[in-house]
Amino acid sequence: MNQIETTLDRPVTNVTAMPRQSLSIVMLGSGGSGVMTAAEILLRAAARAGYYGLMTKSFGPQIRGGEAAAFVTLSTKPVEIQGDRVDLLLAIDWKNAERFAGELLLGANTLVISGEAGAELPQIVTEPDPRLEEINLKTLTRSHKGTRPNMVALGTVAGAIGLPREAVAALIGERLEKKGEAAMAQGLTALDLGYEEAANFSLSKLAAAPTEAARWIISGNQAAGYGAMRGGVRFAAAYPITPATEILEWLAPRLQKAGGLLVQAEDELASINMIIGGSFGGSAVLTATSGPGLALMSESIGLAVAAEIPMLVIDVMRGGPSTGIPTKSEQSDLNIAVYGLHGDAPHVVTAPNSISDCLFTAQWSTHLAEAMQVPAIMLSDQSFGQALGIVEKPAEQAFAARREVAEAPGEDYQRYALTASGVSPMALPGTPGGQYTADGLEHAESGRPSSGVADHNQQLDKRLRKVVDYDYGDHWAQIEGDGPAAIITWGSTTGPVREAMRRLDPDGKRLRLISLRLISPAQPKALAAALQGSEQILVIEQSQMAQFFGHLKAQFDLPAMADLYARPGPQPFRADEITAKLEEWLS
Amino acid sequence: MNAETACALTARDYKSDLKPVWCPGCGDFSILMAITMAMADVGRPPEEVAVISGIGCSSRVPAYTSCYGFHGVHGRALPLATGLKLSRPDLLVIAAGGDGDGYSIGGNHFMHACRRNVDLTYIVMDNQVYGMTKGQPSPTTPPEWDSALVPGGTGLSPFHPLVIALAAGANFVARTFSGDAKGTAQTIVEAINHPGFSLIEILSPCVTFRPEEREWAKQVHPASVDATEDRARAARRVLTDDGFNTGILYRGNRAPYQPAFKPDDAAKVDFEAEFLP
Repeated sequence: MNQIETTLDRPVTNVTAMPRQSLSIVMLGSGGSGVMTAAEILLRAAARAGYYGLMTKSFGPQIRGGEAAAFVTLSTKPVEIQGDRVDLLLAIDWKNAERFAGELLLGANTLVISGEAGAELPQIVTEPDPRLEEINLKTLTRSHKGTRPNMVALGTVAGAIGLPREAVAALIGERLEKKGEAAMAQGLTALDLGYEEAANFSLSKLAAAPTEAARWIISGNQAAGYGAMRGGVRFAAAYPITPATEILEWLAPRLQKAGGLLVQAEDELASINMIIGGSFGGSAVLTATSGPGLALMSESIGLAVAAEIPMLVIDVMRGGPSTGIPTKSEQSDLNIAVYGLHGDAPHVVTAPNSISDCLFTAQWSTHLAEAMQVPAIMLSDQSFGQALGIVEKPAEQAFAARREVAEAPGEDYQRYALTASGVSPMALPGTPGGQYTADGLEHAESGRPSSGVADHNQQLDKRLRKVVDYDYGDHWAQIEGDGPAAIITWGSTTGPVREAMRRLDPDGKRLRLISLRLISPAQPKALAAALQGSEQILVIEQSQMAQFFGHLKAQFDLPAMADLYARPGPQPFRADEITAKLEEWLS
Repeated sequence: MNAETACALTARDYKSDLKPVWCPGCGDFSILMAITMAMADVGRPPEEVAVISGIGCSSRVPAYTSCYGFHGVHGRALPLATGLKLSRPDLLVIAAGGDGDGYSIGGNHFMHACRRNVDLTYIVMDNQVYGMTKGQPSPTTPPEWDSALVPGGTGLSPFHPLVIALAAGANFVARTFSGDAKGTAQTIVEAINHPGFSLIEILSPCVTFRPEEREWAKQVHPASVDATEDRARAARRVLTDDGFNTGILYRGNRAPYQPAFKPDDAAKVDFEAEFLP
């Protein structure tokens, strides 16, 4: 097991002695306390100082107010998940903190700093018997005019973990610049008050940051939006839904800058049809939604299959069914994405395996949709979408939307001509001689409605062929290690599995990771090749009904000896949970 | 459009050779004729016109024209047409369909299309019945009309599309009768030329399931007053008339919704700076 991580659960004699490669921090406070702002500045400052990191948020159901928690893990190595245990919890106040039961992974080594002097701490905090400390945010901010509790809290956390003050101070300066010199000075005073308080607490500091490299701070939703734009998307239509709305809000002004457009539709039935219209007109298009919206769209995605209209539909999955848990993650929309269309409707379903892979996968999915004139559904999820990560700058990809267009259709032009690849050149409105009617009715090669046997069979075959015969290259999966024990997973479960593998098998000799990026069409041959030499197979997923496992069994010829570890959300997988599961499985 | 090409195009140039599925005597035949006549009059070549529809007897119309067309899913013609027009403002986009498609399953889109006021012309062939599924009541069917699905009639007040269109913000509202192909064609031309969202509600008898609608020919009459720019007055007129007044009822002057759409080269997209810490 990896030395660094084992320190988390080991009794500590001198916690300040050894710098840590990774620290997990929680900042807690009621809505309006500024806890998210403070945590984001902390993350950004750490990024500037050369660390990797991840910030996830947890909110109560209240629109405003209520309790909010920011989870921040900072590390000298890439971070894909929050740490197993919280090292430092700072609460600006404790109002309704009980609602984070099950989320605050506190232990005896956790340092809890209460910002509310004399307050009674909730049982979920005291029960694990952590080290308890106090700062009096009220007194401190009252005695220094204009200082805010969240900035003092930020200074306390940054000081306690040993983050250089300059990086934090610079960010506060940038944020408060517009508010004038007095506000800036007050912000810095607050920061310094926090740093002074931090000197009273003993906590391992973060180890020195690695060499500064080109890093980005980006959320999965931003990455997905940017990837789609890099893929050529310029027209979008959508209806707001948690946790996908940030994709739309990120895209709207940026599409405008690129001469494109995002339209807010009256519902998901409208948004999917608006992008069908946009794509029919020649634009690369997208919509983004979550499970309930995808359900509403599915009839029209079937239309896009039949009429051969390329489009990207991003589903940022959340707990389901129905309204479910809108603010928390689950991998339970696989079935509706793959099998939810009526009729025999071949299409593409993809899934990113990390925050930065949201960019790659969205770009790739746009490319696939355009190249095959088919809808592509990308299954992201809340844990990617709404998390902010400090990641390596994603590599530039050469994909661009390339649709086969009939530029000068001749007299014998047929929109749905039977071709070897199954892809037929599309005439765009405005092109003389290319006129045809796109139709959800089964049609002949010309596009004219037909209920004839030959036309139905030929068009079905063509639509299947273009998707199944397409060369997806190596992108169908992310494969790491080549040990005899193979783990097959997908999406946001990949991060915790990767971390567990690093702990158990740092050299990649015992374990093998196969994380599927192409969920459908199935690639049984590629999977068989990737499994070559494996003696054990374990499928891991976050779905009660094991939708991924079922899909692998039905479509990928998954060997019968494959084992399964599946459970629902909303609790994210942590590395210790997967590590324990793998140890049990391997023994 | 230059005069020379305009002269060269006739209604025939906008008609495909596909034979309609409609019953003999269906009002939609003359509406198809009116649409092609109107297109010839407007003079945009067929490849610059897109006819968008949903599902139903009248929704079959795109393939009967020689234009680009889209025969989509039930009730969604308007959002599809909206997406096309917003991303291709250069095209002339016409949406068409029936009362079930537009006012029932597509009712929400109808209201929002009126409100959004994209420069579209929406032709509704209203026969007050679901014909393709063989005779069920639609939102405009009279309450007492007896059918297998709703024995004894719905008992519900019919939906009033023109009033709803006015209330929701449509910029041009007209009612015509299929039997008057020439008048209908002229109204379609005016609707196309009027900016924003135009609704033309065309009374189109279903001789198969509503044979009594043959009587409409005797009941329709041109409105005795001219179109108004006053939305409230127009609404009052159509609420109090007998449902058979034909003509242009309302011409508004709301600016159409048409945000700029001029996508630049994919390679120019660069938002990297905002991701730097």
